Amino acid sequence: MNKNLLAKTLLILAVLIAFLFGIFGIPSSLSGKGLLAALQSRIHLGLDLKGGTHLILQVQVNDAINADTDRSVERLKEALKSANITGEISKPDPTNRPELIVIKGVPPESSSELRRIVGEKLPDYELASGAENSWTLTMKPSVANDTRKKAVQQAIETIRNRIDQLGVSEPVIQEHGLGDYQILVQLPGVDDPARVKEIMQSTAMLEIRQAVNGPYPNEQAAMQANGGVLPPDTVLMKGNALHPQSGEENTEEYWLISRVSAVSGNDLRTADAGHDENGRPDINFSLTGDGGRRFANFTGSHVGDKLAIVLDNRVQSVATIQEQIHDQGRITGSFTPEQTQNLALTLRSGALPAGIKYLQEVTVGPSLGSDSIRQGVRAAIIGMIAVMVFMLFYYRAAGINADLGLFLNLVILLGFLGFTGATLTLPGIAGVILTVGMGVDSNVLIFERIREELRHGKTPPSAVDQGFAHAWVTIIDTHVTTIVSAIILFLFGTGPVRGFAVTLSFGLAANLFTSVFVSRVIFESILNRHQRGEALSI
Amino acid sequence: MELFRNTNIDFLGKKWYFLAFSLIFSVAGLLSIFFWHGIPLGVEFRGGTLVYVKFSQTPNLDHVRQAMDRAGLKNPRIQSFGPVSDNEVLIDLGLQETSEAALDRGKTTIIQALQTQNPANEGKQDLNNSGAATLEQYLLQKDPMHLGTDAAAQYHALAQTIEDFRNKQRGGILASADDLRGVVPAEVISSLQEGFYASDFVVRNVEIVGPQVGGQLRHQALMATLYSLAGMLVYLWFRFELIYGVGAVVACFHDTIITIGFFSLLNKEISLTVIAAILTLIGYSMNDTIVVFDRIRENIKLLRREPLADIVNKSINQTLSRTILTSGLTFLTVLSLYLFGGEVLRGFSLALVIGILIGTYSSIAVAAPMLVAYQDWRARRAGEAVARSVSSARNKGREKVKVKA
Repeated sequence: MNKNLLAKTLLILAVLIAFLFGIFGIPSSLSGKGLLAALQSRIHLGLDLKGGTHLILQVQVNDAINADTDRSVERLKEALKSANITGEISKPDPTNRPELIVIKGVPPESSSELRRIVGEKLPDYELASGAENSWTLTMKPSVANDTRKKAVQQAIETIRNRIDQLGVSEPVIQEHGLGDYQILVQLPGVDDPARVKEIMQSTAMLEIRQAVNGPYPNEQAAMQANGGVLPPDTVLMKGNALHPQSGEENTEEYWLISRVSAVSGNDLRTADAGHDENGRPDINFSLTGDGGRRFANFTGSHVGDKLAIVLDNRVQSVATIQEQIHDQGRITGSFTPEQTQNLALTLRSGALPAGIKYLQEVTVGPSLGSDSIRQGVRAAIIGMIAVMVFMLFYYRAAGINADLGLFLNLVILLGFLGFTGATLTLPGIAGVILTVGMGVDSNVLIFERIREELRHGKTPPSAVDQGFAHAWVTIIDTHVTTIVSAIILFLFGTGPVRGFAVTLSFGLAANLFTSVFVSRVIFESILNRHQRGEALSI
Repeated sequence: MELFRNTNIDFLGKKWYFLAFSLIFSVAGLLSIFFWHGIPLGVEFRGGTLVYVKFSQTPNLDHVRQAMDRAGLKNPRIQSFGPVSDNEVLIDLGLQETSEAALDRGKTTIIQALQTQNPANEGKQDLNNSGAATLEQYLLQKDPMHLGTDAAAQYHALAQTIEDFRNKQRGGILASADDLRGVVPAEVISSLQEGFYASDFVVRNVEIVGPQVGGQLRHQALMATLYSLAGMLVYLWFRFELIYGVGAVVACFHDTIITIGFFSLLNKEISLTVIAAILTLIGYSMNDTIVVFDRIRENIKLLRREPLADIVNKSINQTLSRTILTSGLTFLTVLSLYLFGGEVLRGFSLALVIGILIGTYSSIAVAAPMLVAYQDWRARRAGEAVARSVSSARNKGREKVKVKA
């Protein structure tokens, strides 16, 4: 064997070993079981193959914009009040145009003052004057877009936190490229997604606000008690009342609650499920340093007043502030132990910035997934063996070339998947099949061409040379065309289409190596050992 | 061994047969698409609720249908799925029972309707349709083994064991909690018997797709495919000539339309995996076509004097052995997938079985003849153009005619 050939052979061996490592890593043992376990830990199977739940949800980004504009309305009200400008501030259409704020009845002489205030306090808005002393404030499109994007990012973080706490292994939570503000959640092994969905969906927006007055048995009573108009900066909120005798919560009541919150869920440091003195489930929480300071200020200046714990715009409990509280608190209410656990979990993971809506839910039972794997793998092996046997039969010794190349191609493809952590899905297997097909094709192209050159009376070495040279042009064209299309599919496709594109590109790259380089090296080493003029077995 | 040696078939001479054959299949498919079955779309494209239920015994579809009627579900499609011995039933609620406001309502209604079919088990949970999380929660609350501090971890493992045993050893259905004897401690079994009953079915698979996602996915799959065809066209334009790219892409279009037409004729659903198969067959067809084109390009350089039609014929014949071999071998793989791959892969492998046959045919019978037809057309047009310019020049003045002549 000459030096050049030796170097090439060593290169091939190195590639084989590297990609075998990609597939198996360093297995704990070389027994069948150890190898299988190593394989399973390196090659990630998609949900369609191993079972689990696949969800697509949409973040209701308008919620986040609404929250922003609500805060701006509050700030504007305060600013106008301190500047002694009259005017009625409202949001005309929170559902469809959440970015819009309207101010009505501003006296013409205050216009310049209003401009100054908006410019100073609300730089994120565009101010435009309308008919009859009205003004419209529109959130700048770039700011609104930012808010929406942030809402999606924060939702992803929150959902990831919550799912991590549930102990689901290897979840996928990412933005779903398709459509607007969608998130893809994949939960391997979860075949009963009800609880996970519930926990993911709960907004868990916690606020502590001042309870100005109450409780009232119903809305009318509340309005009557306040002379038909709610005091400024207050809202009416629903809550559950304790039944006077049994202590069970069974009726609804209404509280007059201040519009601004003293602290909110963002100020929470921890939240844990526990029990109160009477053994009823409750949630203990503690606040961050900053939140604790604000809470201490608030409780210090409101001793004797009432304080309401508001969860998702519903009053959970109301207590009188006995003394200044720093950073500890407790939420009581009629909870089951499971509810307090879920609630503590969602509070810990932070609030969702906006509501979410489920768009798609696919659950693959684990038994179905493993059935399709077993049958798919069996079918693929039967097909491969048939192809390999035929190649041996049809091309004799050269068939060994093709079979070795095919085998090495699969090793490299699987090794790629192991190295990159890409997942193998059913459409991915389609990519593997196309790869195998094109691998066989490359060999057939080369061999047929060599036979043709031999028929034209060329010597074996020159026939091999010419065969490879001619077939190479075709192989490059077919491979580049298909890789171009795979790259485009990857760029414009999502999920399954991408899985197909990934395995296909890996496979074709591997095939260029195996069917051209490796096969050539084998031919050369055969020719090397041949006597001059001896026929080639092809 | 060699099967095809020095074949000399006049492929181009048969172009009218090819045209008739392609027209018959594409028109039949298109007629079915437009006037008969339409394009039967899988649930991921059209939206809807699909629930696959496996029963412990051969299910009576009429009973299932009655249960769905009682639950108030309108016209669900109910059919058995896979071989009868699998005892599997597919319940399809379509889009009218699927709203994004309550995505899984249809599924819940189906499960409840089937559970009420079972003998009264009031207040108990369904052992076969509870996940490990539910079992864990229950065991943690009841604490049948009186575990101390690490109860959570132990019950978590136990719940997982139960679920694995049920799904892997018993195909998803336990006849009763007694089946678990020897798998989990006896006190756990008796505790489970208090809280759970075993229904005669298990939900194997659920697919719920809201209307919004379906439309987006449809659009996106179509656009990705079109873009990738355009990409291939540009590459072939760069490597060969524009007409080669056009020929190859037209051949791929031809294959796709015929394959989709087949699915329409057979009323088989085009799911996402079928789309993957169609992408695969586009790859194969393109591959086949390029091999022939490459040979044509090579032969054009070698045989400058021969007419294009002869060169094309010769090239197809020279590559015929390779074409048949490769297609035959890949067909073998795909056929094995179709026969042994199981129900989930059936649609996928069917598309490939059809696609490989059509793809091989189209590179010989559609793409290559297009090159010749284009050249003939151009030659004729050039002739006409000369004739036209001659006649118009004649009207304008004699001098130009002289120049042309």
